[in-house]
Amino acid sequence: MFSLKQNCWFIKKVVIWRAVASIAWSVLLLPVTTAVFVLLSRFSLFHPIQWISECTSLLTASTTIFTLVVLCGVVLMIGFFNLEFYTLVPSIRCSRMSLLGTVLHPRQCVHSLVYCTMGMLVMWCASVTIGGRYSTLGTPCRQSESGEFVTCLNEYHLFLLLAGAFMGYSHSFLGVVQNMYYVSFQPIQQYKYPRFKGSLPAVVKGSVIQSLYSARNFAALYFFFGYVPKTWIASTLNLQIDSSLQPLDSLTGLLDFSLLYHLAISGTFLYLTWYLTVLLFRIYVTEAYSFPVQSTFTEDSEQCLPKVLTEKNTSVMKFLALQDLALLSQHSLSRRREVFSLSQPGGHPHNWNAISKECLSLLSELTQRLVAHQDAVASNGRVKSQSASSDIRSASSSSSGTEDILETPRLSVPLRTPGSVFKSSVGGAHSALTAPFTPDVDSPFSSPAIRRLVGQQDPHSPWFGTVQSPHVMRRGPKLWSASTESQANGSPLASPATIPSPPAANQKPSFLTQWMQNRREQLPEASSQALFADSQAHIWALQGLSHLVAASFSEDQFGVVQTTLPSILSCLVVLLEAVDRHFKLPHASSKPARTICSMGDSTYKTLRFALRAALKTAIYKITTTFGEHLNAVNISSEHRKRLQQFLEFKE
Amino acid sequence: MDDGLGKGLWGMESVERPLMVIPGTLTVKARVQLRYSSVLYLPHRDMCSLSLFPAPVTAGLTLREHNNELVPGQPHTQWSDLPSPQFTRDSLKGHSRPESSSKSAFLDQRDTLWMRSAGAWRDAGLYGLLDEITCSADEVPRCLSVGSACLLALLRWASSFHGSLFPHLTLSRDEMVAEFSQMLDWSDGALRSFAWHPHTDKFAVALLDDSIKIYKSHSVTSPTLKHRCQRSVCALQWKPLCGSALAVACQSCLLIWHVEPTSLSTRPSSGCAQVLSHPGHSPITSLAWSPTGSLLVSASPVDTAMMVWDVAAESCVPLQRVGGGGVTYLSWSPDGSRLLAATPVWETRMWTCERWPCLKGSCQSACWSPDGGCLLLSIQGERLVYALTFSDLTGGPKAATVVADLSETSFPGPDGELTVGGEVCSLSWDPRGERLAVLLKGDSVADNHPSVIAVFKTRSVPVFELLPCGFVMGEAGAEPRFMQFHPHFQHGALLTVCWSDGRISHVPFYFSSAGLLGESQKQVLASNTTHAPANKLYTEIMS
Repeated sequence: MFSLKQNCWFIKKVVIWRAVASIAWSVLLLPVTTAVFVLLSRFSLFHPIQWISECTSLLTASTTIFTLVVLCGVVLMIGFFNLEFYTLVPSIRCSRMSLLGTVLHPRQCVHSLVYCTMGMLVMWCASVTIGGRYSTLGTPCRQSESGEFVTCLNEYHLFLLLAGAFMGYSHSFLGVVQNMYYVSFQPIQQYKYPRFKGSLPAVVKGSVIQSLYSARNFAALYFFFGYVPKTWIASTLNLQIDSSLQPLDSLTGLLDFSLLYHLAISGTFLYLTWYLTVLLFRIYVTEAYSFPVQSTFTEDSEQCLPKVLTEKNTSVMKFLALQDLALLSQHSLSRRREVFSLSQPGGHPHNWNAISKECLSLLSELTQRLVAHQDAVASNGRVKSQSASSDIRSASSSSSGTEDILETPRLSVPLRTPGSVFKSSVGGAHSALTAPFTPDVDSPFSSPAIRRLVGQQDPHSPWFGTVQSPHVMRRGPKLWSASTESQANGSPLASPATIPSPPAANQKPSFLTQWMQNRREQLPEASSQALFADSQAHIWALQGLSHLVAASFSEDQFGVVQTTLPSILSCLVVLLEAVDRHFKLPHASSKPARTICSMGDSTYKTLRFALRAALKTAIYKITTTFGEHLNAVNISSEHRKRLQQFLEFKE
Repeated sequence: MDDGLGKGLWGMESVERPLMVIPGTLTVKARVQLRYSSVLYLPHRDMCSLSLFPAPVTAGLTLREHNNELVPGQPHTQWSDLPSPQFTRDSLKGHSRPESSSKSAFLDQRDTLWMRSAGAWRDAGLYGLLDEITCSADEVPRCLSVGSACLLALLRWASSFHGSLFPHLTLSRDEMVAEFSQMLDWSDGALRSFAWHPHTDKFAVALLDDSIKIYKSHSVTSPTLKHRCQRSVCALQWKPLCGSALAVACQSCLLIWHVEPTSLSTRPSSGCAQVLSHPGHSPITSLAWSPTGSLLVSASPVDTAMMVWDVAAESCVPLQRVGGGGVTYLSWSPDGSRLLAATPVWETRMWTCERWPCLKGSCQSACWSPDGGCLLLSIQGERLVYALTFSDLTGGPKAATVVADLSETSFPGPDGELTVGGEVCSLSWDPRGERLAVLLKGDSVADNHPSVIAVFKTRSVPVFELLPCGFVMGEAGAEPRFMQFHPHFQHGALLTVCWSDGRISHVPFYFSSAGLLGESQKQVLASNTTHAPANKLYTEIMS
């Protein structure tokens, strides 16, 4: 299942080591958090000296060392999961049904199970550390009728263990709902330590709040269903239930301040260790990487910026390369010179050509995506198959060459939507977790028609891991999966063909289907969000291009940028028109509610606004730099009219 | 004169003192020995003082600089089509502050304690809640009211202790805004803030009644911006590389107005405004857009962190700095590589911070040279202008030099002596780097000691030089409150001054450039103006 054998040099040389460093730091932080936890868990207001001495002796005890080893194992596991599942492009579910499908997916179930186990492990460590009545599962007790000592079930220990399992599950669940594995980039560059220091308070606050929520929910759950695991464990392990003690699944048993305090503290400890691992991983992975613009040795040429930018499979490398491009275009004079330089024999501007071509293809791919979406909305689903297919053809990308027969001359080479960088097409073939809009055959909610259609589809087809218009998906006749029928007879982009009506239309709508149909139309903004899910790349491309073009005004000695300026300008204006039209659609310009204090990153929800602002700034950057000279650039008259607006600052 | 300069400034160990007397010839070796601080104050070789200035002409409003002289004249001979509106206090006062008076229209209604507590928590936070509980002692258990009273006293004591360390924290919000605003006499004047658009002939004025007016040349419509959250406006700034966005620093939040330049509406709805706020980050007294327009930084004297906003995404990154009493002044260098946040300076490549520990007092005002290599700054309560030079080779600045001494000087005038000089309130450097305007605070008690604007001619290549140019005078009885240079005036420099009588006037300085513009300056100019430079990049295509 885990496919770490991706043979990209960047993964091997950089990402793995960054992940290892982040895990090492989280392991190093473990003793600190454990010490704080020990201090808080044994806190007694009236005996401060005894409290301190107890804690110091406990910290050096062998049991603490052992729990630290167990916690290290848990942190290693979490770090590995981060590395395996992280994504730079969030998977946005366009309806509640698809979300439900993802949560119930077997892969997600396995994930939850692992997290439950790890939660139990952490809670076991916590209960051992707290000691006292929490330390072991079995306690000696006196049987009431015979008076002899037997081993009884220690409900306090069980309570904490189950709380750990619950918190593990809710972490895994919220990871899907809040896109916990989505890694976003900060708008500013900071060194790792100040960044860690800056986000530490937010992480502590978030883990406290999350732990309080989880403790409340778990207490309620245990109150109603607590006897089930209790009797089951007792009967399996042949333990007695001590009837002399107050059972915890009663109101009086639960209203124990010390128990709730320890539950909240242990929960905070659990979430804090996990969140710190996530935070460190995010900080390390999003650290800027400086790619060389050109290399003197040919064997290093694949590590140079122009080559790296065209890479499609390793999205983390592509993102970091685009970020590096945006940074060098603003901050580094010497590297800009390399971009504008000519190749030594021949005198061709290979660097600039490759970079500008890649940026332009990214941007025009976004334009096509937007236009396709608008067509789909405008036609209100009537010719949706056609537009869907064009959307898919333009947006599809795959590493495999199997679809080459169907291939029309491609206008663009877009990014994939990766589940993780390591997701090869084998690993992610049937993963709803990673490819949100692909048909999910394994899911219990997929209709037979989908299964039939998907049955003939090979995992290398462009359907897997592609960015598709979620709108198309919404209009489709299937429950929540994309309109797969169009891919079977994928019509090329240039020739609009009539598509036969979907074969599933003759199915009788059952009550369940109708209920699901209702659920499907519930998240109006999501389609807009999903269209712009990977727009961070576009924003960097815009910044990089505009700053390079602006810098070329004074730095480009050979005039290499002049030749591409018309295409850059027209590409930007066309994209601006598409974006403007998109924002006139309903729901597109409504702002999402801000979420506070959660570890999940919600910056993807506002990426479309950021893209619009970056686009306008990019055009302004070029127009203010070139000024009246733009009149001499060979572009069409409508575009010139639009640029004139920018020259007069009327946008 | 050196001794007079030195008092209160040196603030260093006596070991270093002998080094500082050497004017302007500090060697690298000597610099290395100074371990205690990164900044030294050295009297500049060519230090300028007010006694070198030509005597101020009190005959009337200064109209323009022409042939190296400031020409006075009558205000009716306005030279340009730039709007110069005038606002009087009386016309603005009528409809201000309706919130405080609307309470009387409602009957007094006693809510339950629970409702009142919830309201107090919502309105005034923990303080309000504790206050409410303490006040309604007869409705709550005695232990609760006593406990809340004790907690309240403890909180007050702690905050007063904190306030004794940083005295400005004890001020009320309005007082704090008035203290740190660049507008002189902020609370009394009709004008609250002013900002030129960086690319077009358009400016925004914040007024006493918390509204903002936007004026354009060649346009009769002047949109008025009003918003529920727009109170006590302290600073305004237009977004660079954008035609419409205006950032407004308000008492409780940050507002980003999107005013369509082509729109004919005189009253844009409050839906055009984005509200950015962060708990604990108010009142905001300073803001700065990055020159590329991608980031916005805001600062509050209460908050030790400054916020870096990604405006479109409405997300912010707090840049925390432990200690200190908050950030009061922000200024981005024109090339975008450094940001001055009084008093730490952040460099914006990796957002690290340089500290200048030996600055006494907080920085009142500062301005960057057009190429970002030189920073002039003034310190609250002082009569000196300091210069700091940055270069990529040495990293941060090693020494601050005193470049101008602006202590009081008397000039004989027609109606007795006229004293000028005093505390430096505001500094402004024109975009070509040739004129520097300094707003000097006068003595409000003495009648012959008004606030004035002193203008210097400056040159930064090959060595930094300040030469006296003259004083900009207003009409009789009017004192300058605020000034800003037009960002792209073609015939020299254009200084816009806000006067105490609510008038906004423009004073052009006609000069031909010294021809010493560096490469980077040219570039900045090119990016700031749509005016075509002489060298054509493209050959015209036949159309």
